[in-house]
Amino acid sequence: MPVFYGSELRSRLLLGTARYPSPAVLAEAVRRSGTDIVTVSLRRETAGGRQGGAFFELIRELGVRVLPNTAGCHSVSEAVLTAKMAREIFATDWIKLEVIGHHETLQPDVFGLVEAARILAGEGFEVFPYTTDDLVVAERLLEAGCKVLMPWCAPIGSAMGPQNVPSLRAMRAEFPDVPLIVDAGIGRPSHAAAVMELGYDAVLLNTAVAGAGEPVAMAEAFAKAIAAGHIAYHAGMLEPRDMAVPSTPVIGKAVFS
Amino acid sequence: MRVLIKGAGVAGLTAAHELVARGAEVTVAEHSRGLAGAASWYAGGMLAPWCERESAEEVVLTYGIGAADWWEAALPADSVHRNGTLVVAQPRDSAELKRFASRTSGFRWLGAEEIAALEPALAGRFRQALFFAEEAHLDPRKALSTLRQGLVARGVVFRASEIDEGGFALTVDCTGAARIGEVEGLRGVRGEMIYLQTHEVTLSRPVRLLHPRIPLYTVPRGGGLFMCGATMIESDDGGPITARSLMDFLNTAYALHPAFAEARLVETGAGVRPAFADNLPRVSRRENTISVNGLYRHGFLLSPATARQAAALAFDEQSGRGHVR
Repeated sequence: MPVFYGSELRSRLLLGTARYPSPAVLAEAVRRSGTDIVTVSLRRETAGGRQGGAFFELIRELGVRVLPNTAGCHSVSEAVLTAKMAREIFATDWIKLEVIGHHETLQPDVFGLVEAARILAGEGFEVFPYTTDDLVVAERLLEAGCKVLMPWCAPIGSAMGPQNVPSLRAMRAEFPDVPLIVDAGIGRPSHAAAVMELGYDAVLLNTAVAGAGEPVAMAEAFAKAIAAGHIAYHAGMLEPRDMAVPSTPVIGKAVFS
Repeated sequence: MRVLIKGAGVAGLTAAHELVARGAEVTVAEHSRGLAGAASWYAGGMLAPWCERESAEEVVLTYGIGAADWWEAALPADSVHRNGTLVVAQPRDSAELKRFASRTSGFRWLGAEEIAALEPALAGRFRQALFFAEEAHLDPRKALSTLRQGLVARGVVFRASEIDEGGFALTVDCTGAARIGEVEGLRGVRGEMIYLQTHEVTLSRPVRLLHPRIPLYTVPRGGGLFMCGATMIESDDGGPITARSLMDFLNTAYALHPAFAEARLVETGAGVRPAFADNLPRVSRRENTISVNGLYRHGFLLSPATARQAAALAFDEQSGRGHVR
Protein backbone atom coordinates (compact mmCIF):
# COMPACT_ATOMS: atom_id res chain seq x y z
CA MET A 1 0.00 0.00 0.00
CA PRO A 2 1.16 3.57 -0.51
CA VAL A 3 3.43 5.22 2.01
CA PHE A 4 3.21 8.99 2.48
CA TYR A 5 5.86 10.53 4.72
CA GLY A 6 6.40 7.23 6.51
CA SER A 7 2.73 6.40 7.04
CA GLU A 8 1.39 3.34 5.29
CA LEU A 9 -2.22 3.55 4.22
CA ARG A 10 -5.00 1.06 3.65
CA SER A 11 -6.66 2.89 0.80
CA ARG A 12 -5.58 4.58 -2.43
CA LEU A 13 -8.49 7.00 -2.30
CA LEU A 14 -8.26 10.36 -0.55
CA LEU A 15 -11.62 12.07 -0.08
CA GLY A 16 -12.38 15.78 0.21
CA THR A 17 -15.04 16.88 2.71
CA ALA A 18 -16.61 19.92 1.05
CA ARG A 19 -20.11 20.37 -0.31
CA TYR A 20 -21.82 17.16 0.69
CA PRO A 21 -25.59 17.34 1.19
CA SER A 22 -25.00 16.95 4.93
CA PRO A 23 -22.25 15.88 7.35
CA ALA A 24 -24.18 12.64 7.85
CA VAL A 25 -23.88 11.82 4.14
CA LEU A 26 -20.20 12.77 4.22
CA ALA A 27 -19.58 10.42 7.15
CA GLU A 28 -21.32 7.56 5.38
CA ALA A 29 -19.41 8.23 2.13
CA VAL A 30 -16.12 8.13 4.06
CA ARG A 31 -17.07 4.81 5.64
CA ARG A 32 -18.25 3.25 2.39
CA SER A 33 -15.18 4.39 0.46
CA GLY A 34 -12.82 2.77 2.94
CA THR A 35 -10.56 5.81 2.70
CA ASP A 36 -8.24 6.59 5.56
CA ILE A 37 -7.38 10.15 4.58
CA VAL A 38 -9.81 13.04 4.27
CA THR A 39 -8.88 16.55 3.23
CA VAL A 40 -10.37 19.57 4.97
CA SER A 41 -10.35 23.15 3.81
CA LEU A 42 -9.56 25.65 6.51
CA ARG A 43 -9.99 28.87 4.69
CA ARG A 44 -13.77 29.12 4.54
CA GLU A 45 -14.77 26.96 7.43
CA THR A 46 -13.04 28.81 10.20
CA ALA A 47 -14.01 32.30 9.04
CA GLY A 48 -13.40 33.70 12.50
CA GLY A 49 -15.62 31.15 14.25
CA ARG A 50 -14.87 29.17 17.36
CA GLN A 51 -11.58 27.49 16.59
CA GLY A 52 -12.46 24.25 14.91
CA GLY A 53 -16.14 24.34 15.62
CA ALA A 54 -18.65 21.55 15.33
CA PHE A 55 -17.80 20.67 11.73
CA PHE A 56 -14.15 19.95 12.58
CA GLU A 57 -15.38 17.91 15.52
CA LEU A 58 -17.42 15.81 13.09
CA ILE A 59 -14.35 15.39 10.88
CA ARG A 60 -12.25 14.26 13.82
CA GLU A 61 -14.94 11.76 14.79
CA LEU A 62 -14.64 10.06 11.40
CA GLY A 63 -11.59 8.34 12.83
CA VAL A 64 -9.46 8.80 9.72
CA ARG A 65 -6.35 10.83 9.09
CA VAL A 66 -6.95 14.47 8.30
CA LEU A 67 -4.98 16.18 5.53
CA PRO A 68 -5.79 19.86 5.99
CA ASN A 69 -5.51 21.97 2.86
CA THR A 70 -4.87 25.58 2.02
CA ALA A 71 -7.64 25.75 -0.58
CA GLY A 72 -8.55 29.26 -1.63
CA CYS A 73 -5.15 30.77 -0.79
CA HIS A 74 -3.84 33.05 -3.51
CA SER A 75 -0.49 34.03 -2.03
CA VAL A 76 2.48 32.41 -0.35
CA SER A 77 1.95 34.23 2.94
CA GLU A 78 -1.72 33.32 3.05
CA ALA A 79 -0.94 29.67 2.38
CA VAL A 80 1.82 29.55 5.00
CA LEU A 81 -0.42 31.17 7.60
CA THR A 82 -3.28 28.78 6.82
CA ALA A 83 -0.91 25.81 7.09
CA LYS A 84 0.16 26.95 10.56
CA MET A 85 -3.47 27.32 11.66
CA ALA A 86 -4.16 23.84 10.32
CA ARG A 87 -1.27 22.39 12.29
CA GLU A 88 -2.73 23.80 15.50
CA ILE A 89 -6.30 22.74 14.85
CA PHE A 90 -5.63 19.21 13.65
CA ALA A 91 -2.33 18.52 15.42
CA THR A 92 -0.70 17.24 12.22
CA ASP A 93 2.34 18.21 10.19
CA TRP A 94 0.63 17.13 7.01
CA ILE A 95 -0.54 19.90 4.74
CA LYS A 96 -2.01 19.81 1.27
CA LEU A 97 -0.53 22.95 -0.22
CA GLU A 98 -2.57 24.93 -2.72
CA VAL A 99 -1.48 28.31 -3.97
CA ILE A 100 -4.02 29.39 -6.55
CA GLY A 101 -2.65 31.42 -9.43
CA HIS A 102 -5.66 31.84 -11.66
CA HIS A 103 -9.01 32.88 -10.31
CA GLU A 104 -11.11 31.23 -13.01
CA THR A 105 -9.40 27.88 -13.58
CA LEU A 106 -7.93 27.62 -10.06
CA GLN A 107 -4.67 26.71 -11.77
CA PRO A 108 -1.84 26.54 -9.24
CA ASP A 109 0.68 29.38 -9.07
CA VAL A 110 3.67 27.07 -9.40
CA PHE A 111 6.20 29.76 -8.49
CA GLY A 112 4.39 30.59 -5.26
CA LEU A 113 3.86 26.89 -4.67
CA VAL A 114 7.58 26.10 -4.74
CA GLU A 115 8.33 29.05 -2.47
CA ALA A 116 5.61 28.13 0.05
CA ALA A 117 6.70 24.47 -0.04
CA ARG A 118 10.27 25.47 0.81
CA ILE A 119 9.13 27.63 3.74
CA LEU A 120 6.79 24.97 5.12
CA ALA A 121 9.22 22.08 4.67
CA GLY A 122 11.78 24.19 6.53
CA GLU A 123 9.34 24.46 9.44
CA GLY A 124 8.85 20.73 9.64
CA PHE A 125 5.67 20.41 7.61
CA GLU A 126 5.10 17.36 5.44
CA VAL A 127 3.88 18.98 2.28
CA PHE A 128 1.49 17.52 -0.31
CA PRO A 129 1.70 20.09 -3.12
CA TYR A 130 -1.18 20.50 -5.57
CA THR A 131 0.69 21.09 -8.82
CA THR A 132 0.43 20.78 -12.59
CA ASP A 133 1.95 17.93 -14.60
CA ASP A 134 5.06 20.01 -15.35
CA LEU A 135 8.22 17.96 -14.74
CA VAL A 136 10.45 20.92 -13.98
CA VAL A 137 8.08 22.25 -11.35
CA ALA A 138 7.89 18.75 -9.90
CA GLU A 139 11.68 18.63 -9.69
CA ARG A 140 11.73 22.00 -7.90
CA LEU A 141 9.09 20.84 -5.43
CA LEU A 142 11.17 17.78 -4.57
CA GLU A 143 14.21 20.01 -4.10
CA ALA A 144 12.11 22.21 -1.81
CA GLY A 145 11.54 19.22 0.45
CA CYS A 146 8.31 17.64 -0.81
CA LYS A 147 8.25 13.85 -0.73
CA VAL A 148 4.85 13.46 -2.36
CA LEU A 149 3.52 15.15 -5.52
CA MET A 150 -0.10 15.84 -6.38
CA PRO A 151 -0.49 16.73 -10.05
CA TRP A 152 -3.85 17.64 -11.50
CA CYS A 153 -5.25 15.74 -14.45
CA ALA A 154 -7.69 18.57 -15.33
CA PRO A 155 -8.78 21.80 -13.60
CA ILE A 156 -10.35 21.50 -10.13
CA GLY A 157 -14.00 20.49 -10.18
CA SER A 158 -14.07 20.28 -13.99
CA ALA A 159 -14.87 16.55 -14.06
CA MET A 160 -13.06 16.34 -17.41
CA GLY A 161 -10.84 13.42 -16.52
CA PRO A 162 -7.21 13.01 -17.68
CA GLN A 163 -6.48 15.64 -20.33
CA ASN A 164 -2.82 14.96 -20.94
CA VAL A 165 -2.07 11.28 -20.56
CA PRO A 166 1.44 11.37 -22.11
CA SER A 167 2.38 14.04 -19.59
CA LEU A 168 1.06 12.03 -16.64
CA ARG A 169 2.92 9.00 -18.02
CA ALA A 170 6.13 11.02 -18.26
CA MET A 171 5.77 12.16 -14.68
CA ARG A 172 5.39 8.57 -13.49
CA ALA A 173 8.44 7.54 -15.49
CA GLU A 174 10.52 10.48 -14.31
CA PHE A 175 9.77 9.96 -10.61
CA PRO A 176 9.40 6.22 -10.14
CA ASP A 177 10.02 6.35 -6.40
CA VAL A 178 7.98 9.43 -5.46
CA PRO A 179 4.39 8.80 -4.34
CA LEU A 180 2.17 10.46 -6.95
CA ILE A 181 -1.45 11.36 -6.26
CA VAL A 182 -3.75 12.69 -8.97
CA ASP A 183 -5.46 15.55 -7.24
CA ALA A 184 -7.96 17.34 -9.40
CA GLY A 185 -10.21 16.99 -12.41
CA ILE A 186 -11.58 13.48 -11.93
CA GLY A 187 -15.25 13.22 -12.87
CA ARG A 188 -16.11 9.56 -12.98
CA PRO A 189 -14.75 6.23 -11.78
CA SER A 190 -13.34 5.36 -15.23
CA HIS A 191 -11.14 8.49 -15.04
CA ALA A 192 -9.79 7.33 -11.70
CA ALA A 193 -9.17 3.83 -13.04
CA ALA A 194 -7.38 5.33 -16.06
CA VAL A 195 -4.85 7.29 -14.00
CA MET A 196 -4.31 4.34 -11.68
CA GLU A 197 -3.56 2.22 -14.75
CA LEU A 198 -0.72 4.66 -15.46
CA GLY A 199 0.84 3.61 -12.18
CA TYR A 200 -0.23 6.47 -9.94
CA ASP A 201 -0.27 5.70 -6.24
CA ALA A 202 -3.57 7.28 -5.27
CA VAL A 203 -6.37 9.60 -6.32
CA LEU A 204 -7.86 12.54 -4.45
CA LEU A 205 -11.51 13.36 -5.08
CA ASN A 206 -14.15 15.68 -3.76
CA THR A 207 -16.75 17.10 -6.15
CA ALA A 208 -17.10 13.85 -8.12
CA VAL A 209 -18.40 12.18 -4.95
CA ALA A 210 -19.98 15.10 -3.06
CA GLY A 211 -21.87 16.31 -6.13
CA ALA A 212 -23.14 12.88 -7.20
CA GLY A 213 -26.81 12.04 -6.93
CA GLU A 214 -25.95 9.35 -4.37
CA PRO A 215 -22.60 10.36 -2.86
CA VAL A 216 -22.33 7.23 -0.71
CA ALA A 217 -22.78 4.85 -3.64
CA MET A 218 -20.43 6.94 -5.78
CA ALA A 219 -17.76 6.78 -3.06
CA GLU A 220 -17.91 3.00 -3.27
CA ALA A 221 -17.79 3.05 -7.08
CA PHE A 222 -14.64 5.17 -6.98
CA ALA A 223 -12.98 2.99 -4.36
CA LYS A 224 -13.53 -0.05 -6.57
CA ALA A 225 -12.36 1.69 -9.76
CA ILE A 226 -9.19 2.91 -8.04
CA ALA A 227 -8.43 -0.55 -6.69
CA ALA A 228 -9.09 -2.08 -10.13
CA GLY A 229 -6.82 0.38 -11.90
CA HIS A 230 -4.04 -0.29 -9.44
CA ILE A 231 -4.29 -4.07 -9.76
CA ALA A 232 -4.39 -3.77 -13.54
CA TYR A 233 -1.23 -1.66 -13.61
CA HIS A 234 0.69 -4.37 -11.81
CA ALA A 235 -0.98 -7.19 -13.71
CA GLY A 236 0.54 -5.98 -16.98
CA MET A 237 -1.92 -4.77 -19.57
CA LEU A 238 -1.90 -5.46 -23.28
CA GLU A 239 -0.66 -2.77 -25.59
CA PRO A 240 -3.11 -1.75 -28.30
CA ARG A 241 -2.52 -3.09 -31.82
CA ASP A 242 -3.49 -1.81 -35.21
CA MET A 243 -5.54 -4.84 -36.16
CA ALA A 244 -7.51 -7.72 -34.74
CA VAL A 245 -5.61 -10.70 -33.32
CA PRO A 246 -7.67 -13.87 -32.92
CA SER A 247 -7.41 -15.45 -29.52
CA THR A 248 -7.74 -18.95 -30.92
CA PRO A 249 -5.42 -20.57 -33.52
CA VAL A 250 -6.46 -20.15 -37.11
CA ILE A 251 -4.18 -22.84 -38.52
CA GLY A 252 -6.18 -25.55 -40.18
CA LYS A 253 -9.03 -23.30 -41.10
CA ALA A 254 -9.69 -22.17 -44.63
CA VAL A 255 -8.02 -18.82 -45.10
CA PHE A 256 -9.33 -18.04 -48.57
CA SER A 257 -12.65 -16.34 -48.64
CA MET B 1 -52.89 24.69 29.20
CA ARG B 2 -50.29 27.40 29.85
CA VAL B 3 -47.33 27.04 27.50
CA LEU B 4 -44.06 28.95 27.43
CA ILE B 5 -42.37 29.14 24.04
CA LYS B 6 -38.74 30.15 24.12
CA GLY B 7 -37.61 31.79 20.92
CA ALA B 8 -39.55 34.02 18.54
CA GLY B 9 -37.94 33.01 15.27
CA VAL B 10 -39.83 31.10 12.64
CA ALA B 11 -39.83 27.90 14.73
CA GLY B 12 -41.22 29.62 17.83
CA LEU B 13 -43.86 31.72 16.06
CA THR B 14 -45.19 28.83 13.98
CA ALA B 15 -45.33 26.64 17.09
CA ALA B 16 -47.18 29.42 18.93
CA HIS B 17 -49.63 29.66 16.04
CA GLU B 18 -50.40 25.93 16.14
CA LEU B 19 -50.67 25.81 19.93
CA VAL B 20 -52.98 28.81 20.11
CA ALA B 21 -55.15 27.22 17.41
CA ARG B 22 -55.51 24.23 19.72
CA GLY B 23 -56.55 26.40 22.63
CA ALA B 24 -53.27 26.75 24.55
CA GLU B 25 -52.54 29.88 26.54
CA VAL B 26 -49.16 30.92 25.14
CA THR B 27 -46.38 33.18 26.36
CA VAL B 28 -43.36 33.73 24.08
CA ALA B 29 -39.93 34.60 25.42
CA GLU B 30 -38.23 36.60 22.69
CA HIS B 31 -34.69 37.78 22.04
CA SER B 32 -33.77 41.19 23.36
CA ARG B 33 -33.18 42.23 19.75
CA GLY B 34 -36.73 41.14 18.89
CA LEU B 35 -37.26 39.36 15.58
CA ALA B 36 -33.84 40.47 14.29
CA GLY B 37 -32.23 38.14 16.83
CA ALA B 38 -33.40 35.08 14.90
CA ALA B 39 -31.69 33.35 11.97
CA SER B 40 -35.03 33.48 10.12
CA TRP B 41 -34.78 37.28 9.97
CA TYR B 42 -32.02 36.73 7.37
CA ALA B 43 -33.87 34.01 5.46
CA GLY B 44 -34.67 33.99 1.76
CA GLY B 45 -38.28 33.01 2.37
CA MET B 46 -38.37 30.63 -0.56
CA LEU B 47 -40.91 27.85 -0.26
CA ALA B 48 -38.98 25.72 -2.72
CA PRO B 49 -39.14 22.05 -1.75
CA TRP B 50 -38.43 20.80 -5.27
CA CYS B 51 -35.30 22.94 -5.71
CA GLU B 52 -34.07 22.07 -2.23
CA ARG B 53 -34.27 18.39 -3.14
CA GLU B 54 -31.12 19.00 -5.18
CA SER B 55 -29.10 18.54 -2.00
CA ALA B 56 -31.68 17.75 0.70
CA GLU B 57 -33.25 14.45 1.71
CA GLU B 58 -36.60 13.33 0.33
CA VAL B 59 -38.43 14.27 3.58
CA VAL B 60 -37.67 17.93 2.93
CA LEU B 61 -39.78 17.61 -0.20
CA THR B 62 -42.58 15.60 1.39
CA TYR B 63 -42.89 17.85 4.44
CA GLY B 64 -42.15 21.03 2.53
CA ILE B 65 -44.85 20.67 -0.11
CA GLY B 66 -47.56 21.79 2.34
CA ALA B 67 -45.67 24.86 3.53
CA ALA B 68 -47.12 27.34 1.03
CA ASP B 69 -50.67 26.35 2.02
CA TRP B 70 -49.84 26.72 5.71
CA TRP B 71 -48.40 30.20 5.26
CA GLU B 72 -51.24 31.25 3.01
CA ALA B 73 -53.74 30.27 5.72
CA ALA B 74 -51.72 31.90 8.50
CA LEU B 75 -50.95 35.23 6.79
CA PRO B 76 -53.08 37.98 5.18
CA ALA B 77 -54.03 37.58 1.51
CA ASP B 78 -51.22 38.18 -1.04
CA SER B 79 -48.44 37.43 1.44
CA VAL B 80 -47.50 34.19 -0.33
CA HIS B 81 -46.50 34.51 -3.97
CA ARG B 82 -47.18 31.27 -5.80
CA ASN B 83 -45.49 31.97 -9.10
CA GLY B 84 -42.62 29.53 -9.10
CA THR B 85 -38.82 29.59 -9.10
CA LEU B 86 -36.58 30.20 -12.09
CA VAL B 87 -33.19 28.46 -12.18
CA VAL B 88 -30.61 29.75 -14.66
CA ALA B 89 -26.90 29.40 -15.39
CA GLN B 90 -24.37 31.18 -17.56
CA PRO B 91 -23.85 29.39 -20.90
CA ARG B 92 -20.43 28.14 -19.77
CA ASP B 93 -22.01 26.62 -16.66
CA SER B 94 -24.75 24.81 -18.55
CA ALA B 95 -23.49 21.53 -17.08
CA GLU B 96 -24.65 22.84 -13.70
CA LEU B 97 -28.16 23.22 -15.05
CA LYS B 98 -28.16 19.63 -16.28
CA ARG B 99 -26.84 18.46 -12.94
CA PHE B 100 -29.51 20.41 -11.07
CA ALA B 101 -32.19 18.96 -13.36
CA SER B 102 -30.97 15.42 -12.76
CA ARG B 103 -31.30 15.84 -8.99
CA THR B 104 -34.76 17.44 -8.91
CA SER B 105 -38.30 17.06 -10.22
CA GLY B 106 -41.34 19.28 -10.68
CA PHE B 107 -39.78 21.56 -13.29
CA ARG B 108 -39.86 22.13 -17.00
CA TRP B 109 -37.10 23.36 -19.32
CA LEU B 110 -37.55 26.83 -20.74
CA GLY B 111 -35.93 28.36 -23.80
CA ALA B 112 -34.89 31.99 -24.27
CA GLU B 113 -38.34 33.15 -25.36
CA GLU B 114 -40.15 31.55 -22.44
CA ILE B 115 -37.62 33.02 -20.02
CA ALA B 116 -38.26 36.46 -21.49
CA ALA B 117 -42.01 35.94 -21.16
CA LEU B 118 -41.72 35.03 -17.47
CA GLU B 119 -39.07 37.56 -16.48
CA PRO B 120 -38.72 40.29 -19.12
CA ALA B 121 -35.69 41.71 -17.30
CA LEU B 122 -33.77 38.54 -18.12
CA ALA B 123 -34.64 38.61 -21.86
CA GLY B 124 -31.62 37.78 -23.97
CA ARG B 125 -29.49 36.97 -20.96
CA PHE B 126 -30.05 33.23 -20.64
CA ARG B 127 -30.75 30.59 -23.25
CA GLN B 128 -31.97 27.86 -20.93
CA ALA B 129 -33.68 27.70 -17.57
CA LEU B 130 -35.55 25.35 -15.29
CA PHE B 131 -38.94 26.53 -14.11
CA PHE B 132 -40.39 25.12 -10.90
CA ALA B 133 -43.96 26.39 -11.35
CA GLU B 134 -45.39 25.02 -8.10
CA GLU B 135 -42.94 26.79 -5.81
CA ALA B 136 -43.72 29.92 -3.80
CA HIS B 137 -42.02 32.64 -1.82
CA LEU B 138 -42.80 35.15 0.88
CA ASP B 139 -41.10 38.05 2.63
CA PRO B 140 -39.76 36.50 5.84
CA ARG B 141 -39.62 39.75 7.76
CA LYS B 142 -43.20 40.68 6.91
CA ALA B 143 -44.29 37.12 7.59
CA LEU B 144 -42.67 37.02 11.03
CA SER B 145 -43.97 40.49 11.95
CA THR B 146 -47.56 39.79 10.87
CA LEU B 147 -47.52 36.37 12.50
CA ARG B 148 -46.37 38.01 15.71
CA GLN B 149 -49.06 40.73 15.47
CA GLY B 150 -51.72 38.10 14.86
CA LEU B 151 -50.57 36.18 17.92
CA VAL B 152 -50.65 39.32 20.07
CA ALA B 153 -54.19 39.98 18.84
CA ARG B 154 -55.13 36.50 19.99
CA GLY B 155 -53.82 37.09 23.47
CA VAL B 156 -50.27 35.74 23.20
CA VAL B 157 -47.86 37.59 25.50
CA PHE B 158 -44.32 38.38 24.26
CA ARG B 159 -41.58 39.03 26.82
CA ALA B 160 -37.94 39.89 26.28
CA SER B 161 -37.12 39.66 29.99
CA GLU B 162 -36.51 36.62 32.21
CA ILE B 163 -39.58 34.47 32.72
CA ASP B 164 -40.23 32.10 35.62
CA GLU B 165 -40.95 28.73 34.02
CA GLY B 166 -42.69 27.51 37.15
CA GLY B 167 -46.09 28.77 36.16
CA PHE B 168 -46.23 26.83 32.89
CA ALA B 169 -47.44 23.31 32.23
CA LEU B 170 -45.11 23.01 29.26
CA THR B 171 -42.06 24.68 27.74
CA VAL B 172 -41.34 24.59 24.01
CA ASP B 173 -37.70 25.36 23.28
CA CYS B 174 -37.29 27.00 19.87
CA THR B 175 -34.09 28.90 20.57
CA GLY B 176 -32.23 27.31 17.65
CA ALA B 177 -28.57 28.17 17.34
CA ALA B 178 -28.48 29.56 20.89
CA ARG B 179 -28.39 25.93 22.04
CA ILE B 180 -25.23 25.00 20.14
CA GLY B 181 -22.91 23.40 22.66
CA GLU B 182 -25.84 22.23 24.82
CA VAL B 183 -27.80 20.03 22.43
CA GLU B 184 -25.77 17.04 21.29
CA GLY B 185 -24.90 17.10 17.60
CA LEU B 186 -26.26 20.60 17.01
CA ARG B 187 -23.96 22.79 14.95
CA GLY B 188 -24.08 26.18 13.27
CA VAL B 189 -24.03 26.84 9.55
CA ARG B 190 -23.34 30.47 8.90
CA GLY B 191 -25.37 32.20 6.22
CA GLU B 192 -24.61 35.66 4.89
CA MET B 193 -26.93 37.77 2.76
CA ILE B 194 -27.33 41.23 1.33
CA TYR B 195 -30.15 43.54 0.31
CA LEU B 196 -29.79 45.43 -2.94
CA GLN B 197 -32.10 48.16 -4.12
CA THR B 198 -32.57 49.23 -7.71
CA HIS B 199 -35.46 50.25 -9.89
CA GLU B 200 -33.65 49.24 -13.05
CA VAL B 201 -34.38 45.54 -12.64
CA THR B 202 -37.78 43.98 -12.08
CA LEU B 203 -38.18 40.35 -11.11
CA SER B 204 -41.37 38.72 -9.95
CA ARG B 205 -40.07 35.45 -8.55
CA PRO B 206 -36.92 34.00 -6.96
CA VAL B 207 -34.14 33.41 -9.47
CA ARG B 208 -31.37 30.96 -8.68
CA LEU B 209 -28.14 31.45 -10.60
CA LEU B 210 -26.19 28.21 -10.60
CA HIS B 211 -22.42 28.32 -10.46
CA PRO B 212 -19.97 25.56 -9.59
CA ARG B 213 -18.57 27.49 -6.65
CA ILE B 214 -20.89 30.36 -5.86
CA PRO B 215 -24.56 29.51 -6.37
CA LEU B 216 -26.71 32.54 -5.56
CA TYR B 217 -30.38 33.28 -5.34
CA THR B 218 -32.12 36.60 -5.67
CA VAL B 219 -35.58 37.08 -4.21
CA PRO B 220 -37.58 40.19 -5.13
CA ARG B 221 -39.15 41.87 -2.11
CA GLY B 222 -41.04 44.56 -4.02
CA GLY B 223 -40.26 48.28 -4.16
CA GLY B 224 -37.03 47.61 -6.00
CA LEU B 225 -35.62 45.63 -3.08
CA PHE B 226 -33.81 42.35 -3.68
CA MET B 227 -32.50 39.90 -1.16
CA CYS B 228 -29.41 38.01 -2.35
CA GLY B 229 -28.17 35.00 -0.47
CA ALA B 230 -26.81 32.99 0.97
CA THR B 231 -23.50 31.48 1.92
CA MET B 232 -23.21 28.09 3.61
CA ILE B 233 -20.21 28.14 5.92
CA GLU B 234 -19.56 25.51 8.57
CA SER B 235 -19.21 27.94 11.45
CA ASP B 236 -21.30 29.27 14.32
CA ASP B 237 -19.91 32.77 13.90
CA GLY B 238 -22.70 35.31 13.44
CA GLY B 239 -20.38 38.28 12.87
CA PRO B 240 -20.57 40.70 9.95
CA ILE B 241 -20.29 39.53 6.35
CA THR B 242 -16.75 38.87 5.04
CA ALA B 243 -15.28 40.80 2.14
CA ARG B 244 -14.97 37.59 0.15
CA SER B 245 -18.65 36.69 0.52
CA LEU B 246 -19.70 40.22 -0.33
CA MET B 247 -17.54 40.16 -3.47
CA ASP B 248 -19.04 36.83 -4.49
CA PHE B 249 -22.58 38.15 -4.01
CA LEU B 250 -21.96 41.33 -5.93
CA ASN B 251 -20.22 39.52 -8.78
CA THR B 252 -23.01 37.01 -9.14
CA ALA B 253 -25.73 39.66 -8.88
CA TYR B 254 -23.93 41.51 -11.65
CA ALA B 255 -23.77 38.31 -13.69
CA LEU B 256 -27.52 37.89 -13.28
CA HIS B 257 -28.14 41.41 -14.53
CA PRO B 258 -25.58 44.18 -15.15
CA ALA B 259 -27.98 46.81 -13.79
CA PHE B 260 -27.28 45.44 -10.31
CA ALA B 261 -23.94 47.22 -10.59
CA GLU B 262 -25.78 50.49 -9.97
CA ALA B 263 -27.98 49.10 -7.20
CA ARG B 264 -27.66 50.44 -3.66
CA LEU B 265 -26.28 48.04 -1.12
CA VAL B 266 -28.80 48.74 1.64
CA GLU B 267 -28.04 45.95 4.09
CA THR B 268 -25.64 43.12 4.77
CA GLY B 269 -26.27 40.52 7.40
CA ALA B 270 -25.41 37.10 8.72
CA GLY B 271 -27.27 34.51 10.70
CA VAL B 272 -26.35 31.12 12.15
CA ARG B 273 -28.59 28.27 11.06
CA PRO B 274 -28.97 25.50 13.63
CA ALA B 275 -28.42 22.06 12.07
CA PHE B 276 -27.97 18.43 13.00
CA ALA B 277 -25.61 16.09 11.15
CA ASP B 278 -28.27 15.04 8.62
CA ASN B 279 -29.43 18.65 8.16
CA LEU B 280 -32.96 17.61 9.17
CA PRO B 281 -34.98 19.12 12.03
CA ARG B 282 -35.85 17.30 15.24
CA VAL B 283 -38.95 17.66 17.40
CA SER B 284 -38.79 15.81 20.68
CA ARG B 285 -40.37 15.82 24.13
CA ARG B 286 -38.70 15.15 27.44
CA GLU B 287 -41.02 15.47 30.41
CA ASN B 288 -42.47 18.96 30.24
CA THR B 289 -40.11 20.33 27.62
CA ILE B 290 -40.58 20.04 23.89
CA SER B 291 -37.61 20.90 21.68
CA VAL B 292 -37.85 22.07 18.09
CA ASN B 293 -34.45 22.58 16.52
CA GLY B 294 -32.19 21.97 13.53
CA LEU B 295 -34.30 23.66 10.87
CA TYR B 296 -31.06 24.43 9.00
CA ARG B 297 -31.81 26.40 5.81
CA HIS B 298 -35.41 25.23 5.77
CA GLY B 299 -37.01 27.41 8.46
CA PHE B 300 -39.96 28.70 6.44
CA LEU B 301 -40.24 25.48 4.46
CA LEU B 302 -40.33 23.01 7.35
CA SER B 303 -41.49 24.98 10.42
CA PRO B 304 -45.19 24.41 9.57
CA ALA B 305 -44.48 20.69 9.86
CA THR B 306 -42.37 20.98 13.03
CA ALA B 307 -44.99 23.29 14.59
CA ARG B 308 -47.71 20.73 13.98
CA GLN B 309 -45.54 18.02 15.49
CA ALA B 310 -44.78 20.17 18.52
CA ALA B 311 -48.50 20.83 19.00
CA ALA B 312 -49.24 17.13 18.65
CA LEU B 313 -46.61 16.33 21.28
CA ALA B 314 -48.04 19.00 23.57
CA PHE B 315 -51.57 17.66 23.47
CA ASP B 316 -50.97 13.99 22.91
CA GLU B 317 -47.74 12.43 24.06
CA GLN B 318 -48.28 9.35 21.94
CA SER B 319 -48.29 10.99 18.52
CA GLY B 320 -45.61 12.78 16.62
CA ARG B 321 -42.75 11.36 18.63
CA GLY B 322 -39.25 11.65 17.24
CA HIS B 323 -38.22 14.02 14.51
CA VAL B 324 -39.56 14.99 11.14
CA ARG B 325 -38.43 11.80 9.52
